[in-house]
Amino acid sequence: MSYRRMRAICIKELHHITRDVRSLALALLLPVLMLLLFGFALSLDVDRIPTMIYDQSQTAESRALVRQFQGSRFFEIRGMVREYPTIERGIDRSRILMGVVIPIDYAEKLGAGQEAQVQILLDGSDSNTASIALGYAESLVRGYSLELRTLALNRRAGERLTPPVDARLRVWYNSSLESKNYVVPGLIAVILQIIAALLTSLTIAREWEMGTMEQILSTPLRPAEMVLGKMFAYFAVGLADATIAVLVGVFVFEVPFRGSLPLLAVSTCVFLFGALFFGIFVSAAARTQAAAYQMGILSSFLPAFLLSGFVYSIETMPWVIQVITHIVPARYMVTILKGIFLKGVGLSVLWGELGFLTLYALIVFLLATRKLNQKLG
Amino acid sequence: MNSVETQLLVKNFGAFVAVDRVSLAVEKGEIFGFLGPNGAGKSTTIRMLCGLLTPSAGRASVNGFDVARQPEEVRRTIGYMSQKFSLYDDLTVEENIDFFTGIYGVPREKRAARKAYVLEMANLAGRRNALTRTLSGGWKQRLALGCAILHDPPVLFLDEPTSGVDPLARGAFWGLIHDLSETGHTIFVSTHYMDEAEYCHRLALMYRGKVIALGTPAELKAGLTSHSLLNLESSEPLETMRALEGLAGVHDVAVFGGGLHVTVDDVDATSAQVRERLAAQGIEVRKLERIEPSMEDVFVALIEAEERKAA
Repeated sequence: MSYRRMRAICIKELHHITRDVRSLALALLLPVLMLLLFGFALSLDVDRIPTMIYDQSQTAESRALVRQFQGSRFFEIRGMVREYPTIERGIDRSRILMGVVIPIDYAEKLGAGQEAQVQILLDGSDSNTASIALGYAESLVRGYSLELRTLALNRRAGERLTPPVDARLRVWYNSSLESKNYVVPGLIAVILQIIAALLTSLTIAREWEMGTMEQILSTPLRPAEMVLGKMFAYFAVGLADATIAVLVGVFVFEVPFRGSLPLLAVSTCVFLFGALFFGIFVSAAARTQAAAYQMGILSSFLPAFLLSGFVYSIETMPWVIQVITHIVPARYMVTILKGIFLKGVGLSVLWGELGFLTLYALIVFLLATRKLNQKLG
Repeated sequence: MNSVETQLLVKNFGAFVAVDRVSLAVEKGEIFGFLGPNGAGKSTTIRMLCGLLTPSAGRASVNGFDVARQPEEVRRTIGYMSQKFSLYDDLTVEENIDFFTGIYGVPREKRAARKAYVLEMANLAGRRNALTRTLSGGWKQRLALGCAILHDPPVLFLDEPTSGVDPLARGAFWGLIHDLSETGHTIFVSTHYMDEAEYCHRLALMYRGKVIALGTPAELKAGLTSHSLLNLESSEPLETMRALEGLAGVHDVAVFGGGLHVTVDDVDATSAQVRERLAAQGIEVRKLERIEPSMEDVFVALIEAEERKAA
């Protein structure tokens, strides 16, 4: 290993980077753009569900239930209707997501102390949102009926009864249950993975295509020096991207940051090393810029996006996919980022993830070096 | 010790034999020319000598180091200019020089002097901050040569360095090569420009992977002295070719520029026969004279002999 040769490669690569202003601007703007796009668009919060109500009962009791819906922040009443077809049309045209039908005998059954049913119609084409909406509707109706029953019992007994179990929910780490807090830290890992692939995928393939690789191979330069020199040049850009992403996360999205900044810095560096080495490996394996670009984006974007657990929870995946996620480095980085941002946990919890990322970076570095060591033919 | 030595060097690509048992020895300070048509195996041989390709069989050494077993030592002591222009277009002249200074590991105390030497040699001192992409072909080629000799290597491999460069720049380039040779550098250079062969001290003619002739330019031309060469200009070149076919004493007729080159045994006797035959067919002879064979004549004759052997 010669420090001087590695430095020569790194400086040369930095010249390439600074001279290609458009690519550099793109590399620095991309994290902001992706954070804004995903952070706002990928909202998993379901509220203000557009709803229509068909009140067949038209009684004081049914109107009291309607008021419950109107008072909830989860529902937005788009109309009181007098027939089924209006609700059907509303769902078909995606104007509403839910219809509530209060049956004609609602008040009678309530008065007789019987079970009164309420029909809820849902647009199931977005199953995730539908099931969340159903949950809200169910709990609203159940809570209201419990309240009614308690009132009735109290009236009959002439004294105050309280429900035997009172659940007091406390959500830890993301107490306001805002999905941006959940999405943004994980998103930083995905962004860094993609940026790393974008930056490095062309770096070796371009030298093969331009013929400069042949020139370099005739010099005393060793593959490890070339891989490291290139990696450090792109690491500078990657680190700038990471800083931008964290700042946008904390100051624009106001995601809480509860953990240790040094641990975040170390983890980010190790993750970037691995991601950049991987990009260089892909570039060396592909030999043409077009192939390297496609391979680089596919092999980094898809696993990082789908298999890292940054929004799609790994626990609910089929077990084969769950096994595969264990070799996706972004998965470990997502855990580390969520741990540092939301839980404020430290190395005593995250050492396993950090250990894996270190090992991964080392292995990919060796692979990239070996790939470069192959001669011309 | 020879600067470059090969013994029965072979390179196969699958079933294709790119280099077929090539044995050469190049002395220190020599300008050794590697001639041959495209695809003859010149580049493949040079790449093996630079440690870029592993030989399939045979041995080769450069500066006393075995190319297969000591590639690192070989790379430290050679300069290489590949066929394709291979500097960084988006770097300036000076940045390219600094880069190669770094990866060749030129000692700190020598760097400034080497850079000044290369800038002066390539006549680029005034354009050191120009982007390489803005340089013309001749400048780029001189910069590439400069970058390949920053570490002052004793042996220099140049693979068709003058292809795509205008004749004036080619002349200047060969001047640089001569200067390097005079300071004790060995130059191993391939070309397919026959006129450039005359600049070399010694030549190897390569054809279909084999070295079919080896010697100084004078020796190679002398190899044709059992025959003589006539330059014939006539009113009907194609008719003339047909008329001379099979004429006793005529070995070969080849189109050359606007006229014909006729290879004969005996200049005087055959000249008379040629005039007679053409007069009989009503073809006017404008010029018929003995000429010295050029490198191209030698080359064409050798390849034709090789093809006759193969057939």
